[in-house]
Amino acid sequence: MSVIQSLIDPKSDAFAANAAQMRALVDDLHAKVASVKDGGGATARARHVERGKMPPRERVKALLDPGTPFLELSQLAAYEVYDDAVPAAGIITGIGRVEGIECMVVCNDATVKGGSYFPLTVKKHVRAQEIARENRLPCIYLVDSGGANLPNQDEVFPDKEHFGRIFYNQATMSAMGIPQIAVVMGSCTAGGAYVPAMADECIIVKEQGTIFLGGPPLVKAATGEEVSAEDLGGADVHAKISGVADHYALNDAHALTLARRIVATLNRRKAVSVQCREPRPPLYDPAEIHGVIPKDTRHPYDVREVIARVVDGSEFDEFKKLYGTTLVTGFAHIHGYPVGIVANNGVLFSESAMKGAHFVELCAQRGVPLIFLQNVTGFMVGRKYEAGGIAKDGAKMVMAVANAKVPKFTIITGGSFGAGNYGMCGRAYSPRFLWMWPNARISVMGGEQAASVLATVKKDALARAGKAWSAEEEEKFKAPIRSQYETQGHPYYASARLWDDGIIDPAETRRVLALALSASLNAPIPDTSYGVFRM
Amino acid sequence: MFESILIANRGEIACRVIKTARAMGIRTVAVYSEADAKARHVRLADEAHLIGPPAARDSYLVAEKIIAAAQKSGAQAIHPGYGFLSENAAFADACAKAGVVFVGPPADAIRAMGLKDAAKALMEKAGVPVVPGYHGPDQSDKTLTGAAKKIGFPLLIKAVAGGGGKGMRRVDSMQDFAAALEGARREAVSAFGNDAVLIEKYVTKPRHVEIQVFADGHGNAVYLFERDCSLQRRHQKVIEEAPAPGMPEEMRRAMGEAAVTAALAIGYQGAGTVEFIVDGSRGLRPDGFYFMEMNTRLQVEHPVTEKITGQDLVEWQLRVAAGEHLPLTQDQLRIKGHAVEARLYAEDPARGFLPATGKLLRLKLPQGDAHVRVDAGVEEGDQVSVHYDPMIAKVIAWGETREAALRRLKGALQGSVVAGLTTNLPFLARIMGHAAFRAGDVDTGFIDRHLSDLIPADGKADDRTLALAALDHLLALDENYRAQAAATSDRWSPWASAGGWRMNGETSLVLRFDDNGEIRDVGVAFTASGYVLGLADGEIAARAVRRADGALVADLAGDKISAEVVRAGNDIYVTVGGVTRKLKFYDPGVAADLSSDAGGGIVSPMPGKVMRVMAKAGDKVKRGAPLLILEAMKMEHTLIAPADGVVKKLSAVEGEQVSEGAVLAVVEAED
Repeated sequence: MSVIQSLIDPKSDAFAANAAQMRALVDDLHAKVASVKDGGGATARARHVERGKMPPRERVKALLDPGTPFLELSQLAAYEVYDDAVPAAGIITGIGRVEGIECMVVCNDATVKGGSYFPLTVKKHVRAQEIARENRLPCIYLVDSGGANLPNQDEVFPDKEHFGRIFYNQATMSAMGIPQIAVVMGSCTAGGAYVPAMADECIIVKEQGTIFLGGPPLVKAATGEEVSAEDLGGADVHAKISGVADHYALNDAHALTLARRIVATLNRRKAVSVQCREPRPPLYDPAEIHGVIPKDTRHPYDVREVIARVVDGSEFDEFKKLYGTTLVTGFAHIHGYPVGIVANNGVLFSESAMKGAHFVELCAQRGVPLIFLQNVTGFMVGRKYEAGGIAKDGAKMVMAVANAKVPKFTIITGGSFGAGNYGMCGRAYSPRFLWMWPNARISVMGGEQAASVLATVKKDALARAGKAWSAEEEEKFKAPIRSQYETQGHPYYASARLWDDGIIDPAETRRVLALALSASLNAPIPDTSYGVFRM
Repeated sequence: MFESILIANRGEIACRVIKTARAMGIRTVAVYSEADAKARHVRLADEAHLIGPPAARDSYLVAEKIIAAAQKSGAQAIHPGYGFLSENAAFADACAKAGVVFVGPPADAIRAMGLKDAAKALMEKAGVPVVPGYHGPDQSDKTLTGAAKKIGFPLLIKAVAGGGGKGMRRVDSMQDFAAALEGARREAVSAFGNDAVLIEKYVTKPRHVEIQVFADGHGNAVYLFERDCSLQRRHQKVIEEAPAPGMPEEMRRAMGEAAVTAALAIGYQGAGTVEFIVDGSRGLRPDGFYFMEMNTRLQVEHPVTEKITGQDLVEWQLRVAAGEHLPLTQDQLRIKGHAVEARLYAEDPARGFLPATGKLLRLKLPQGDAHVRVDAGVEEGDQVSVHYDPMIAKVIAWGETREAALRRLKGALQGSVVAGLTTNLPFLARIMGHAAFRAGDVDTGFIDRHLSDLIPADGKADDRTLALAALDHLLALDENYRAQAAATSDRWSPWASAGGWRMNGETSLVLRFDDNGEIRDVGVAFTASGYVLGLADGEIAARAVRRADGALVADLAGDKISAEVVRAGNDIYVTVGGVTRKLKFYDPGVAADLSSDAGGGIVSPMPGKVMRVMAKAGDKVKRGAPLLILEAMKMEHTLIAPADGVVKKLSAVEGEQVSEGAVLAVVEAED
């Protein structure tokens, strides 16, 4: 094993300046997340607790093995998307350990708009189910929701990835042997009634949980029958008469104890198919990544400095170290799990792309999970490179990445622009998880480039019409484009729309990857087959 | 000398006898009941024989089985220890008949001292002072009442065939006499099969001082000085010391000579103890002691005599039994320093010293050395059962002075850990530290008089105890998670950690403990280097590691504390400085799950046998009315109606064996 020797001086001024800038970004992220974790706010929470209900995050905590990690997903979902704030899109999702088994937890937050489903609530719920499916994680739904958000019904109900997909996923995951467990701790109205109904096993809380296809107002409108929610679909009805619920809980704490007991009966055995070794910390403190990433994004840095702060013992066996050097590839271990790392170290050339394709093939062949550290302005442009066939070489990398069946994890550590996003396993390439660092940017190209391209097109058109365009006019034209790209390329904008699974502190990269690697190994790693590599 | 002996006993005394026998090169044979198959004395002996089921009457008290075991194993002598058959004349006879030496006095000497009234008359005749009383054969209520009037109050009623405080009642006035008489007779019949009682004057400020005597078969007898056993609870000794505090030399000689006279009067041989009641109201004076009884065996508290004389009394017993002369003459015997013994019992001082049973989850006793001696019959992991005496160990300390011995014993007790059942360990340590005891102001009323000092009100667990319980819980979570993961193919899973990691933030836990019925919360915030614990007196930074021997080494806001925290299921025993506090881990979800099928009623406080049932379903009862009497740990417990009401259920049957927590009756209270 070769060990990365860091050339960075953590006592230097540059390091301190870098670290200060990253620290500010991370602090802002933490502040945003803290406010999101407040859910619907103190008043709504007090009302919730007054009814004898546990706050949603307390429910999740009580469900998990005490003190164990919770890999929460999409914390900033719906951030500044709707006219009203919908913190975390009104739903908490994440992977947690229950009775020693990694499970996907999906928990409605009834303090946010009554737990109703906005379009991004649906997207977040369905994404959590996708992760559960790909990684074969038992699903536990802590249900407390008024169902679809009616004013937004056109973006919630009809389409393929809309509300119905939730139950489709429950049905098909159950068929795959992925347990589906529902705990009814509040309303489950209309479509929502199918969450417990489609579950393998379900629990209902006395005087809290209700399940019905049509609530009391709808019943009254339809048939004139007047009935209370409790009499229509409360715990006594469903646990004692209808059989819709399997377990009767006296309160939230009891319900979560019963849920844990169900998980304990699942009889699942994790069969990790990779050769693990005892974890060792990196030689360099992962927190130093803050000082590694240059303040000025135009300054290059050696991505090995990041790798040295993520992998066990800072040991990294490089592949084709001397060839296609703008892409760094090699084998390492993260918390004892073997991984192949593909990391940008500059713009992609044909050689780098071919090297990447080759390395991805190696990992797929060996069943080694792949980590992409994405920081790419794109592929090299220009006549020489087009003539050299950079398009077909880039295609080789995309072909390899798209088809590799090993678990793939992508971290956007800097820029994610253009076709570089594809080759480096962007969202469309279905990595098991994708996270962004708070300093990252994502767009089809950089804001400056986009403004310049559009200005050039416009300038050419004006020139053809024989019109002049002053420098001031050009700048006035470019400024809003730059601004739009800056806004839309920002991690908060991306995360709000679930283009990623969350924004992470760079210092936590190692830990987040370790947890995700472990979770992903609940699923067997299938063999890979490829399509046609254009030669 | 014998080549091989059988020890007809169990527990610490069997181990004690084995130790000396082994040192003398004598082969040892143990006997054991089914309950003791893995007991320490069985493991220590060269050979061991099963003699029956757990109940002593079916095993350790069955003379034929023991003699058969002796014959089968080729043992030449039987050492009876104390209790069981040690003062059973018929057994001594049976040994003689079987050709096995009984290590103890001749059967006639046992008989002579076995019946207290006859023994007293005998002693009176031999010139040994006795307490005024009635020891006559006429047991009619009228005669006994008349005698009581004549002797005056306070007085004592005692079982004629008794010992160890059973069948004994103190009566302060005539109006209580009849009820006390009935109780004493009932206990006497139950314990000894003989309801005859005697009545004696009750000495105020009495001290229990006894003389260790030894006699051989060649007409020699010596006394090995006194032991003060005044500190008693429930009329049973708990602290013994030698010499007696404040004992003048002339009184010691007077008592010693009286004891030797007593022994010679009945042709005694071997180890014996002559118990005297000493009137301490006007200081110790040579004319202020009265003969009480003679115990014709080795005493539990013999080690204090060994510590101050430097002699091995078991060795003396074996040598005398083998026909040798006494090893030393009276003028060769000297007192050196001071020794004190504490009896560590499985019992709850706060609940009237009620015997406790359970598993010794953790047992750390002092390492024996030249000054501290530990005689134990059990080890960590052993069970203290309902079948036998609940004594766990005797801890004995020696010092040049009384003060040094007491301090040493206090330290030894405070450094001990017993978890899994309630013990009198903190109670014993508090006695050692008590000013009145340190001053030597002892009498048999000492414990009752100072009860509030010795058993502090059972207040709340302090912050330190809760913090230690919380830290242990958090460490145990982490250890359990890692152990679980290690058994899977994901051996080092990053999920198997109790560090409280959260994405982009922090988390906290609330650990809940049931502290004697009150739920106490400890907040836990996770930090990089440990935790911040939220306690009654505020927040403190805390962390802990587990030492290789299992002890918890904690840092509580900079204070380094080492403690023993033992966990069995949800029960948590936190021991710091010799004091163990029991908490229960409380999980509201699990509690809710159990709450649906919990019932109410009068529960058996411990495993035992239903002796009498005094009510039946449907009866209207007053608060305090006796419903049934339970016999447990050789004591009677009356279970009473908790309120005025109607007996809804009473399913207990006389003679039924019931377990701890069993619902014996349900009384529905009247509104």
